[in-house]
Amino acid sequence: MNLNATIIGQSIAFAFFVWFCMKFVWPPIVAILEERANKIAEGLQAADRAEQDLVLAQERSTEQMKEAKQEAAAIIDSANKRAAQIVDEAREQAREEGQRIIAGANAEIEQEINRAKQQLREQVAALAVAGAEKILEKSVDQAANEEMLSKLASEL
Amino acid sequence: MASAEHAETPQTATEYVSHHLTNLTFGKIDDHWAFAHSPEEAAEMGFWAINVDSMLMSVLLGVLFVGLFKFVITRMTVEAPKGKSWQNVIEMIVEMVQDSIKNSFHARNEMIGPLALTIFVWIFMMNAMDLVPVDWIPLLAQTVMGDSHAYFRAVPTTDLNITLGFAVSVFFLIIFYSIKVKGLGGFLGEFAFQPFGKYAIPLNLLLELPGFLAKPVSLALRLYGNFFAGETIFLVIALLGYWQLPLHFGWAVFHILVVSLQAYLFMMLTIVYLDQAHTDH
Repeated sequence: MNLNATIIGQSIAFAFFVWFCMKFVWPPIVAILEERANKIAEGLQAADRAEQDLVLAQERSTEQMKEAKQEAAAIIDSANKRAAQIVDEAREQAREEGQRIIAGANAEIEQEINRAKQQLREQVAALAVAGAEKILEKSVDQAANEEMLSKLASEL
Repeated sequence: MASAEHAETPQTATEYVSHHLTNLTFGKIDDHWAFAHSPEEAAEMGFWAINVDSMLMSVLLGVLFVGLFKFVITRMTVEAPKGKSWQNVIEMIVEMVQDSIKNSFHARNEMIGPLALTIFVWIFMMNAMDLVPVDWIPLLAQTVMGDSHAYFRAVPTTDLNITLGFAVSVFFLIIFYSIKVKGLGGFLGEFAFQPFGKYAIPLNLLLELPGFLAKPVSLALRLYGNFFAGETIFLVIALLGYWQLPLHFGWAVFHILVVSLQAYLFMMLTIVYLDQAHTDH
């Protein structure tokens, strides 16, 4: 066993390999490991955030669902009310219309009756005049007769 | 598997084991540069010689380490890797290193991560060479060199020079960062004024300095001792004929633990020592 310059040679080799490792080997490996650690941390964070988002979204969706249900109920309610109103209105209108028709018909009937009465009166008057003429067998003053006849007709 | 087959004269068991544990040393002998042909020649070369086998294995494994990591990095994805892939392996190692640093290192230093990663993976790979059957790598080296007697020590961490190379580098880093963070006065003050205050400076030095100097020595010797002993047992097992197969398996399984444990320990202690260098205590 001799101690010799191998010690120096080994020291030089050692220094070289440490330098090489420091320059070209260690930094890239550490960089990659760090980058991966960061990526994993980011991923975990993102998962956390997504979970929170999911909870929020679920809350919001149930809330919206509730609102929508309420709205729908309100709409149905008001629609029902409106329908009842429309039916009522229609019924009212129909009734009014019917009354009006009845009233119109009544009025027409009255008119007809009046007209019939008038005609009847006129004919009765004419008959009376013709009868009277025949009875008197002479022509009476037309104008005086007219007046008398119309008076008579209105009294009938 | 015994290398006795390709030796010209029959080897004794001691020769076989010590041949495998002798480095291929290149240095200056008798005024010319050459490989040492015996441990004695290697000793004669003195300090200015180099263990070619340890350095070659060390650098090859280091290149394999950065090459593999660089290759995987080019096709790394931010998305989690699917199924069995090298990206998984590398991420696991890097995360283990990051965790160790997070738990034990409380200052901020750009270098501590790459340093710990390099120490762990590189030493792990060097240690793992002892799981390769003991004759394969030497045989390959001998074939390439065309010398069937060539020494080749396949596990770099069984060479004290290699483990000391690590430990001394770490030691200098400890001194560098101690002075950088605490100043020269603060750094030296830790030896002089602790634990008994300023009136017992010699006693303090006596207590603190050995502990400080023991750090690199214990780092280097722990790793070297574990693998020198482990490799010796692998070599002894390799001498046992067919009995080596179950025994080698058992010892190798146990050594899978030792390989990773010693690599982890070296990394951990480096992190702890450097943490101490960064903090006042």
